[in-house]
Amino acid sequence: MSHSAVMDPSHHGVEPAESPVTPENWGKLGMWVFLAADAMSFGGLLAGYGALRYYSHDWPNPAGTLGIALTAFMTFLLIVSSFTMVQALSAFRRGNVARAKMFLLATAAGGAAFLGMQAYEWTHLMHEGLTLTGNPFGNPLFGTTFFVLTGFHGCHVLAGVLYLLYTTMKAGRGWGYGEIEITGLYWHFVDLIWILVFTFVYLL
Amino acid sequence: MSPHTAPDGGHKEPNYWAVIITLTILTAVEIGVIKLPLAKFSIGVLLVGFALTKAILVAVYFMHLKFEKKTLAIIAATPLILCTLLMFALLPDSNPKVNLRTAPAPAAQGQEHR
Repeated sequence: MSHSAVMDPSHHGVEPAESPVTPENWGKLGMWVFLAADAMSFGGLLAGYGALRYYSHDWPNPAGTLGIALTAFMTFLLIVSSFTMVQALSAFRRGNVARAKMFLLATAAGGAAFLGMQAYEWTHLMHEGLTLTGNPFGNPLFGTTFFVLTGFHGCHVLAGVLYLLYTTMKAGRGWGYGEIEITGLYWHFVDLIWILVFTFVYLL
Repeated sequence: MSPHTAPDGGHKEPNYWAVIITLTILTAVEIGVIKLPLAKFSIGVLLVGFALTKAILVAVYFMHLKFEKKTLAIIAATPLILCTLLMFALLPDSNPKVNLRTAPAPAAQGQEHR
């Protein structure tokens, strides 16, 4: 790609970067900085979870209490949605906007299904007595940390689904490869964080 | 360049099928590991290792970190390093032996004597 093509904002709506150490557009750099800050939020919550759990004598066994069959499937669903996201980007790269939109919608559907399963899981656990302040299986902080961590992630998934739907609408109508790649970065981050939440909250 | 082509120098696409299959296998292995007759610590080390491997795979291949400039890798690594430090920094706080909050505050002590 020629230098002039990189510097010409008409090729993609995101303003191109000018420094040799930054990526080809400021939007991507901005998203990475945001994701790093957001990762610190999740890191803080996970560190707090670890600190609360480490010396607790009545922390229930998460795998036994929460059940992992459904959440393992939810993990798989997010991994697949990351795959459909890269397929959308790949289709857009080849100039097939219709196919890109189809994959973007499939990604959003994966996220929506994840949220539905999370709602089902929460309802089931609340019926068993696990709440934000109470836990019939042991330490009440188990419920607090569980709902705060999975809820915070769920909010990210919801935002991601809305972001994906907006991207689908705008793809090919002013939004180019750069914008879709930035949407993809956010979605993959949501997947990456769930991989860690699944291990720390459900398996460990 | 058409508006739909990649503005990133057109790097070769990674084998996304290989990535998704590896991620799925690692998830299945994680679930298997928790049932192994091993010490809790060993299971913990294995699970954290698998989770980090999966997270790195997503960042490197799905988020294209492999094809980006070093600046982005540094930005991505920063929260990982800071959060690891934070995790260890918070551990003494949760130790009941050094928990200063167990001692009643002077004002509360005064109220108890009344």
